[in-house]
Amino acid sequence: MHQVGILVIARLTFREAARRKILLGALLLGLVFLLVYGLGIYFIQQDLVEHEQYLKRVVAVPIYNFLVLSGLYVVNFLTLALTVLTSVDTISGEIDSGTIHTLAAKPIHRWEIVIGKWLGFAAMLTIYLLLMAGGVIELTRLITGYALPNVPRGLALMWLNELLLLDVTLLGGTQLSTLANGVLVFAAYGVAFVGGWIEQIGAFLGNQTTVVIGILSSLLMPSEALWKRAAFEMRTVLADAVPVNPFISALSVPSPMMVAYAALYAVVALVLVVWNFNCRDL
Amino acid sequence: MDTVPAIDVRHLRKEFGDNVAVADLTLTVERGEVFGFLGPNGAGKTTAVKMLLGLIASSAGEGRVLGAPLGDPRGRTKVGFLPEHFRFHDWLKGREFLQLHADLYRIPRPVSGRRIPELLDLVGLSAHAEKKLRTFSKGMLQRIGLAQALLNEPALVLLDEPTSGLDPVGRRLVRDVIRDLRERGTTVFLNSHLLGEVEITCDRVAFIRKGEVIYTSALESLVEGELTVHIRTRRPDGMDPIRWEGVLAGLERWSSNVRVDGEHVALTLLGEADLPAINRYLVERGAHVYALTPQKLSLEDLFIQIVGTEGGL
Repeated sequence: MHQVGILVIARLTFREAARRKILLGALLLGLVFLLVYGLGIYFIQQDLVEHEQYLKRVVAVPIYNFLVLSGLYVVNFLTLALTVLTSVDTISGEIDSGTIHTLAAKPIHRWEIVIGKWLGFAAMLTIYLLLMAGGVIELTRLITGYALPNVPRGLALMWLNELLLLDVTLLGGTQLSTLANGVLVFAAYGVAFVGGWIEQIGAFLGNQTTVVIGILSSLLMPSEALWKRAAFEMRTVLADAVPVNPFISALSVPSPMMVAYAALYAVVALVLVVWNFNCRDL
Repeated sequence: MDTVPAIDVRHLRKEFGDNVAVADLTLTVERGEVFGFLGPNGAGKTTAVKMLLGLIASSAGEGRVLGAPLGDPRGRTKVGFLPEHFRFHDWLKGREFLQLHADLYRIPRPVSGRRIPELLDLVGLSAHAEKKLRTFSKGMLQRIGLAQALLNEPALVLLDEPTSGLDPVGRRLVRDVIRDLRERGTTVFLNSHLLGEVEITCDRVAFIRKGEVIYTSALESLVEGELTVHIRTRRPDGMDPIRWEGVLAGLERWSSNVRVDGEHVALTLLGEADLPAINRYLVERGAHVYALTPQKLSLEDLFIQIVGTEGGL
């Protein structure tokens, strides 16, 4: 019987998110981005096609790989922003406005409300991620004929990254006001982002301290690590020979352990959301 | 199951930090009762209702609603609730809003498909079913909130200040709905500070102050029982004042509480039955009777008498 309550809340959440201007904005922005990306790829391809076959193999593939990964990096961020901005007030906002009272007074468990909301947002971000990432990968393939390797594995890691941020945002929503929650989530993402780059540069320079800082920031918020692992999975082997891609450094690839840690992190965060919301007076 | 009380709570307590919202609430509401829960603002009425619904966890004490422990969702299957600050998902249309809540009650679609138009009709919003709640007035929101609380044909309805946002027509509607619920044997828990409403609709009332029930009584015995009679009468011409005092003292056969102040006499009676006899007694002894006014104690008088004038907080 639980699935009824969960699905009702999931549908409500999805509809509420879908009617927001944020989603419309994200879709329009996404379209503009895909257009710009497609044009860019097209003109670069025109340039490269004039080169010799050898050059095309050695230079063009790493360049296309870098371009797709750059595109996916933007998709990663757009999906993340959409996820955080739509879900940031879903719990704190409903508590503040009092709409939660009529929902929670129904014969459903609190955890059904949380899981329902989670499902609604997860559905939204999954569709957006697939549309946008699919758009980038397919545009590149159609224009240049370059097929990105290991797409399912890479997208799965990006997806996990978005779900992780959804969980963290929901967790903040059970404790903080909407604004404080939004600031905190983006700040945590920023720490992970900067930490990731510090680690990469440190690894390049052979500075152990900065590598430790990077790992610590990834433990605090493993979002950038997940992206780096996704990029690593989807890299072309030729990129190791031609170091044009800043997303991939063989020296500081997050390990499968870090991916497992991130998955555990996401699960624990969601369990904490349920627990916090259960204990909270409405 | 129908023999267990609708609400049965013992020593419920809720603290928010240092602030004690509900001190010690012990209360039983029987099936089919229309129960008024009265108290000044800040007395803990809303907190108490939220504890009954599991929206707030109690700091101490225990209780059952329709036989299920507080906080158990199964107990809410047959509970309807209209919150005080009725805020709903205002981007939903009237019908969609009711459908959402019917789904949350797990009412099968064919049943809710019949029930929703009936309820829209009951609260007078059939013409607005396809309008978004955002366009609704406060009174309309309260009406649709009331419809929402009746979707599951509840055995217990908790109404938190249900008439505070309504115009006289809306208040009449709430009264009619409550009367209808009473006829069906539904228990109604009415949280209100509008005493007139309570006086008209409730069977029994509890007065609450600082989160404690300080008085519970059937409304009938409260309001229709005791009354005060104010008599303005003058001594007959030529009667001895001492004899006149004796005549007035004779009123004590009807009341143990007779107050005389000049030509004003007040006595407390247990009912209206003795009024003609009192009048006859005075007239037969030659007294000039200018006025004989029975005055019932209003709920408001009682409220102030019981709860005091200090108000809430």
